Amino acid sequence: MKVTDKDVAYVADLANLELTEDERARMLRDLNSILEYIERLNELETDKVAPMAQVSDRYGVDESRQGSDRFAYAIREDVKDGLRKSLPHEAAVKNAPDTDGTFFEVPKVIER
Amino acid sequence: MPASAIDGVRSAIAERETTATALAQDFYTRIRQEDPEIGAFLTLCQERALAQAGRIDQLAAEGKPLPPLAGVPVAIKDVMVTSGVRTTAGSKILDNFIPPYDCTAVARLEAAGAVILGKLNCDEFAMGSSTENSAYHAVHNPRDKSRVPGGSSGGSAAAVAAEMAVATLGSDTGGSIRQPASFCGVVGLKPTYGRVSRYGLIAFASSLDHIGPFAKTVKEVALVLRTIAGRDPMDSTSAEVPVPDYVAELEKPVKGLRVGVAKEYFGAGLDSEVRAAVETAIQKLAALGCEVVPVSLPHTEYAIPTYYIVATAEASANLARYDGVRYGFRAKASNLSGMYRLSRDGGFGMEVKRRIMLGTYVLSAGYYDAYYLKAQKVRTLLTRDFDEAFKKVDVIAAPTCPTPAFRLGEKVNDPLAMYLADIYTVTANLAGIPGISVPCGENHEKLPIGLQLFGRHFDEATLLRVAHAYEQSRKSGVGTDAFVRSGERISPMSR
Repeated sequence: MKVTDKDVAYVADLANLELTEDERARMLRDLNSILEYIERLNELETDKVAPMAQVSDRYGVDESRQGSDRFAYAIREDVKDGLRKSLPHEAAVKNAPDTDGTFFEVPKVIER
Repeated sequence: MPASAIDGVRSAIAERETTATALAQDFYTRIRQEDPEIGAFLTLCQERALAQAGRIDQLAAEGKPLPPLAGVPVAIKDVMVTSGVRTTAGSKILDNFIPPYDCTAVARLEAAGAVILGKLNCDEFAMGSSTENSAYHAVHNPRDKSRVPGGSSGGSAAAVAAEMAVATLGSDTGGSIRQPASFCGVVGLKPTYGRVSRYGLIAFASSLDHIGPFAKTVKEVALVLRTIAGRDPMDSTSAEVPVPDYVAELEKPVKGLRVGVAKEYFGAGLDSEVRAAVETAIQKLAALGCEVVPVSLPHTEYAIPTYYIVATAEASANLARYDGVRYGFRAKASNLSGMYRLSRDGGFGMEVKRRIMLGTYVLSAGYYDAYYLKAQKVRTLLTRDFDEAFKKVDVIAAPTCPTPAFRLGEKVNDPLAMYLADIYTVTANLAGIPGISVPCGENHEKLPIGLQLFGRHFDEATLLRVAHAYEQSRKSGVGTDAFVRSGERISPMSR
């Protein structure tokens, strides 16, 4: 077993999940089974292989440029006037569980 | 070229043989009759559909030219946002979410005249391979109601198979269009990454997510792709690559094209009847004049572990936004962090939590290099496999899935077994290449089997051409393709 109860509690905390006792037990079992399967990646030698984060680094890029300049095709000029309208305030708060019409309201953050 | 249902609808409306409104009403009647036993729909948007149908009928009445998808009844997987129409992503956490804007692909369909009937059931946040992870209800495969329709776009495949929509949109992060298309006996296409804008697609794994069409025939899929493809300034990963006329391209000959076959897609775990059907399909392609060439994709066995690291890592970040503050479900709690936790605990289902946990784990301090970075490197190797193969061939043929549709409940308690249902499809997501599933026969229980074809980046035209030629070659005598019969005008009732 690679993942322990303590790891499950730690990761749940990072992920902002509480999880019931039963869910924690299932996570322990499932994460270990999946991670055991994933271990097979270590059969591959990858020291000299570049990581691939995005498919889009494979087309449209200007290889003669460096860094983010390679993605120049996706960059546009700054627009000072005539910006695309953003969502009206009213529409943006319409789905809020709790709002005063101006702000999203949430339970108290700082205890006094 | 035989008439497609889409052309049939459009010309029937143009010639005033029917109206878009009558057709939409017919489809709603059919949905009310059929869907209680299938469960493909989560939400119907009759008001929006009839308003659109009215606009089309108005154009027809005035004798004006009709747009390419005029009056075509379509439906949308519930992971694409629709302005004013509830969008849940199959999750309770978005049970009451009414989006304030439209997904680009949906807006483009509607601009082309399509009538959107409603929103389709799916696995929660598109995480699953059977649609059993929907927080609402399961979907039953129209071909055998004791079986799953596949997933996560199970509702999208089932709606087309049961003729409750002429075409649907799904999303595919690891096979979620192609696998259900295979299980339900319809055509499903995952385009190249960047071909179709993801703006308005509720994010699961952003580097792997794709939107694509389902229909009964390759031609209809080509028509829908032509409509939704192309650069969208709202998605910076949508590519500035010209969109060809996919429909015109279908008729080009396939003679001389090279079809690759990789032994890695025919190994242990492949059902013998699926193997036989796919091998017969490849022989058919040879008979059509294609040259069958062996290719090697040596890293294929590493695709599932790579996928479940990359996909869950991205998901854990994407799903951090569901915190009960701005939209969606909020649990009662006395302080803010408690509210986040209880909202997420109460709003997410087990599979979503499992993937958030796995994704958070592989990104957490001390494990990033061992898992996430390692997976990104193997992703490079998997992509190079395809680069090498496509130097020798124009398309690659493989099974879509190792088995036909499995039974409801069969894999629901074994996540790893469920993940392995995607073994032949995740590679195309990791490499970003297009893939299509086309029906290629049935097993002894009359369950559909799918032939999968992969193509080069942005070469959907060749992919669709080969799929179309194959489909035409086996069409005669196939009783399942009700919409395909040459020259027949489509009506949902004439069956």
